[in-house]
Amino acid sequence: MNAIKTIDLTKKYKDLTAVNRLNLTVRKGELLSLLGVNGAGKTTTIKMLTGLTRPTSGDAFLNGKSILTQSAAVREMIAVSPQETAVAPNLTVRENLELMAGVHGFQKSEAKDKVTELSDCFGLGEITGKRAGKLSGGWQRRLSIAMALISDPQILFLDEPTLGLDVLARGELWDMIRTLKGKMTVILTTHYMEEAEALSDRVAILKSGRLLLTGTPAEIKSRAGTDKFDEAFVRIVKEGQP
Amino acid sequence: MKGLAFSKRNDLEVLRDPLNLFFGVGFPIVLLLLLTAIQANIPVTLFEIERLTPGIAVFGLSFMTLFSATLIAKDRSSSFLQRLYTTPLTAGDFILGYLLPILPICMAQSVICYAVAVVLGLEVTVHVLISVLLTLPVALLFVSLGLLCGSIFTDKQVGGICGALLTNLTAWLSGVWFDLGLVGGAFQKIAGLLPFFHAVEMERAAVRGDYAGAFPHFWWVAGYAAVVTAAAVGAFLRQMKNQ
Repeated sequence: MNAIKTIDLTKKYKDLTAVNRLNLTVRKGELLSLLGVNGAGKTTTIKMLTGLTRPTSGDAFLNGKSILTQSAAVREMIAVSPQETAVAPNLTVRENLELMAGVHGFQKSEAKDKVTELSDCFGLGEITGKRAGKLSGGWQRRLSIAMALISDPQILFLDEPTLGLDVLARGELWDMIRTLKGKMTVILTTHYMEEAEALSDRVAILKSGRLLLTGTPAEIKSRAGTDKFDEAFVRIVKEGQP
Repeated sequence: MKGLAFSKRNDLEVLRDPLNLFFGVGFPIVLLLLLTAIQANIPVTLFEIERLTPGIAVFGLSFMTLFSATLIAKDRSSSFLQRLYTTPLTAGDFILGYLLPILPICMAQSVICYAVAVVLGLEVTVHVLISVLLTLPVALLFVSLGLLCGSIFTDKQVGGICGALLTNLTAWLSGVWFDLGLVGGAFQKIAGLLPFFHAVEMERAAVRGDYAGAFPHFWWVAGYAAVVTAAAVGAFLRQMKNQ
């Protein structure tokens, strides 16, 4: 069963085609990494799938709902953790989580339970009273992902979730992301090849708005004829004809 | 319910910024105290408490544009607003969520301003209460200006435009600090075409119980508030689409 299916999804900005006839399927419960160099079309793809930008042509279906004609239903089932840490700085950790529960229409008691559950799960329990703006980058990122999860999304978009984090914080976030696998469909974008290899069930490589290939990390390495994933990525992108 | 959660967040963001509290509440009170002290030593008609308080009340509200615009512009420049655009919140939730929470803050500021004026000698009458209520369209005007500027400008531009330019325009063209008739000419005509002068005159007339005198000014303020609110909604929807 597919969680995401794009059909000739295209986005043009004047003369630039950011995403060009993208046909991609993501299975339910799968963690798929979108890889590509800057300008490959990863963020634009995510923006289209999450309703932030309208495709120029084509369509995409998230659990069967069209992003063009059923955008409200799509918004009910997705959550996004943006590239930059997106938290309300003057609100406490608890208030940030309550805000996200509130905008998804949770009742007060339900919201309270979810906030407690996620605080425990993400180790935020001791800092729930701290203002988000005062937290370190790693803790803010953790909170940002927790905020995305509060609505129990069916599909989660993680846009470069570990960008700028130190190696320890990154490792902790990887563990956290692993716990999500199978529970929901996760689309992840990253520039870190080791991250994509460690976390992904499958990888999709984009170049100049076109999909070059999809496969498991092992298949990608095998296709490129190397046992190093980053080398495989470079070869495929260099040789790939957009 | 969904929009309420967003409104609550905006309320907290504004109230928890100490600079907002200083300029929103502290600064108008300081001005009121200072000018009343000057008035006690060198009497000037313009700074009599019945004329000064309405002016300070309106001038104080001009800072709300800065607070509102800064909040929106900062949200736009970070990914925070993008994140919320992917939630079930509607365009109406966003617009009301930015406009409505700041109106009670404006009203609280007006109440505090008039309460301090009462302590300084302003006679307590029903007219004072009505004057406070009449600050509502003025507040809507300034908060909508904030939504408009916050939807168009960056957070840095907002600081200059709303923090420096608008507060100065409000000060110069409202007749709070000097009689516009003393300058006369084009300056007075321009001031008469803008809402700031009318907001102050409306309040001054209301404080003395001259409602017939207040109403022509009320329509100017209400008209501007309606037009600016419509423009702000348009600008916000446009930037939302451009996201």
